[in-house]
Amino acid sequence: TSAAMAAVCCRGMLAPFGGWLLAHQRSPFRFWSRSRSTAAAAAAAPLYDVVVSGGGMVGSAMAAVLGHDIHFHDKKIALLEAGPRKEYNHVPDTYSNRVSSISPGSATLLSSFGAWDHVCSLRLKPFQRMQVWDACSEAMIVFEKDDLDDMGYIVENDVIMSALTKQLDAVADRVEVFYGSRAVGYTWPLPSHMCGTSPWVQIELADGRRLQTRLLIGADGHNSVVRKEAEIKNIEHQYDQSAVVATLHLSEATNNNVAWQRFLPTGPIALLPLSDTASSLVWSTSREHASELLTMDEESFVDSINSAFWSNVNHSDFIDTAGAMFRSALSFLRPSGSAVRQLPPSVAKVDPESRAMFPLGMGHATEYVQHRVALIGDAAHRVHPLAGQGVNLGFGDIACLAHHLSAAAFNGNDLGSLKHLLKFETERQRHNVSLIAAIDVLKRLYSTKLAPLVLLRTWGLQATNALPPVK
Amino acid sequence: QLLLFRLTVKRPFSTSRSSVDPKEIKKFQFLAQKWWDEDGEYSALHSMNDIRVPFIRDTLLNMSSNYHLGSPLSGVKILDVGCGGGLLSEPLGRLGASVTGIDPLEDNIRTADQHKSFDPVLAQRIQYKCSSLEEIVEESMETFDVIVASEVVEHVADLEMFIKCCSQVLKVRETQLSYVLGIVVAEKILGTVPEGTHEWEKFVPPEDLERLLESNGFSVTTVNGMLYNPLWGSWSWTESTSINYAMHAVKSGAQGQSSPTDAPSETESKQHSATAGTAL
Repeated sequence: TSAAMAAVCCRGMLAPFGGWLLAHQRSPFRFWSRSRSTAAAAAAAPLYDVVVSGGGMVGSAMAAVLGHDIHFHDKKIALLEAGPRKEYNHVPDTYSNRVSSISPGSATLLSSFGAWDHVCSLRLKPFQRMQVWDACSEAMIVFEKDDLDDMGYIVENDVIMSALTKQLDAVADRVEVFYGSRAVGYTWPLPSHMCGTSPWVQIELADGRRLQTRLLIGADGHNSVVRKEAEIKNIEHQYDQSAVVATLHLSEATNNNVAWQRFLPTGPIALLPLSDTASSLVWSTSREHASELLTMDEESFVDSINSAFWSNVNHSDFIDTAGAMFRSALSFLRPSGSAVRQLPPSVAKVDPESRAMFPLGMGHATEYVQHRVALIGDAAHRVHPLAGQGVNLGFGDIACLAHHLSAAAFNGNDLGSLKHLLKFETERQRHNVSLIAAIDVLKRLYSTKLAPLVLLRTWGLQATNALPPVK
Repeated sequence: QLLLFRLTVKRPFSTSRSSVDPKEIKKFQFLAQKWWDEDGEYSALHSMNDIRVPFIRDTLLNMSSNYHLGSPLSGVKILDVGCGGGLLSEPLGRLGASVTGIDPLEDNIRTADQHKSFDPVLAQRIQYKCSSLEEIVEESMETFDVIVASEVVEHVADLEMFIKCCSQVLKVRETQLSYVLGIVVAEKILGTVPEGTHEWEKFVPPEDLERLLESNGFSVTTVNGMLYNPLWGSWSWTESTSINYAMHAVKSGAQGQSSPTDAPSETESKQHSATAGTAL
């Protein structure tokens, strides 16, 4: 036993030399309290190379990417999803109220295994411009690509799921999907296994079935059971905010290729284009206000939205003057610095039954990996929707993890080995932490009417808009 | 406690053992963990896989006529001489090869067997035998496509005999070549070694090894230098072959003949330098 402890402590001491940039400690004695399964019980359960727990957009995409990887040709993958199979061959007439802003990088990932073609054949809306502005001042920032390429795509989550399901079917000989299955228990192996104990992760499903796997990928959302069972600490914070979503119909048809977002003191309101006549609403606001919005009649709801985008009630003369002065100073220095302000569309009506709300919070796991375990998507990091980054971070996790697993498979390595899992963790934490922190700061910065902060963010936004490198 | 353990194990070959002796089991568990702890004493051997497995794999990819997707070494029969706890046999097995691992130390073979036992894929593709190369020649004439000898050559008393045995167990075919891969490591970076194996240490420079191979029906195609970075615990290829090196050799169909258009074979011989102390 002392040898095992020594072995584990040795890893803890050697860890800094493994190329880590973040100095966090892994508990050296954590593995010791795990239960060990007997060889007999373990022997019966089928052994997979990879089990992905959680069949949402990120989990399904992870399983599909691995299933299409050439070095995984002979491997066995399982995907566990508590819900039913989601697929349709043609889109329903009404839009779903849950949409995502897909970045070009995510689109590239989805097309790498053939899912993007299905998305395109179902329904999506490209946009070329993002206009973001403040309710408390005239400050505005516009994002667009130089060559007017697509900045991103607004896609209904159901459409993405349908595309992923199709591509999972295409590799059904490698990827086994368990619908209506929920994992209720995990048994972790010791890092250097002792005689008679299984070195694999044991999974027990709600219906009593058991699986074993060389690598468990937790893609089960911000309340991740995998993360909790693995005793990975999670830094989390519930925002006193909820997001209200709805499908809106515009007053008049327009070249609806701009994503709009206005920062109100209560939270940002965003209008994401679905078609030339429809847009999707994502309005992050206080919980009370969110409940009010859900219960009020449709007319009042539409009025609230239009008012939120058009009203200048939060402007103060002081801020307006200060902002205007800064703007003229900027235009003196950089004549072409400020872009033309477009006006957001006005809303005529809302799809009945399309109003819904969900709570918002932020979260970040201190570790993304452990021996034979990796976390991706919201299980690893949860962000505020204000930057439209949530699912794109998850797709970024997938691209990175798949790259490392593919190389490991081609080198004959044990897929659950911490060596390559740590590389994934370092890369993604380096990328994610600053972005998540920035989103959190933005959220807090824009949650106030206090003049100094408004001025700060006004000037900051105007300056940023005028300076391409900062953007 | 560590010292006591080393003193009690004197004999290199232990064939009889009581399976319920708790002291034996404890000692065996201790050894097994040492081998397979990636950050432990054998960490340099583990990290060496990062260059030697791709090296072996890429060379043998040329050999396999039908590339099996996802299983690059499928159909290749490999003999891993001095397999130890199975650190090299397992990745080769995962890539699809049929591996026979031999080691004169019973404890090593037991460790290797036990480690692969839970993995149905490896259990099928790898078999271990407690034996020296000379002892298996009789039953394994012309059986293998490839021999890998990693950190073995430096501990062999009669190197010429060793090479002759290699030649005997390698297949001879008209259309395909058989390879010998040797890896030679001069630095004392591999921690403590199991009792009995490293009693004999002799530095074999690449020129000498090449000469011996060439005069026994092999044709040496490549010698690559290897460098160990102790800070990061990683290996890399390097120009100089004076400390550690990997060597490729092909067994020719006709004695001593090989055309320059033949696919290269790989002998990776690791040599220990008796004069080099710890290079750290």
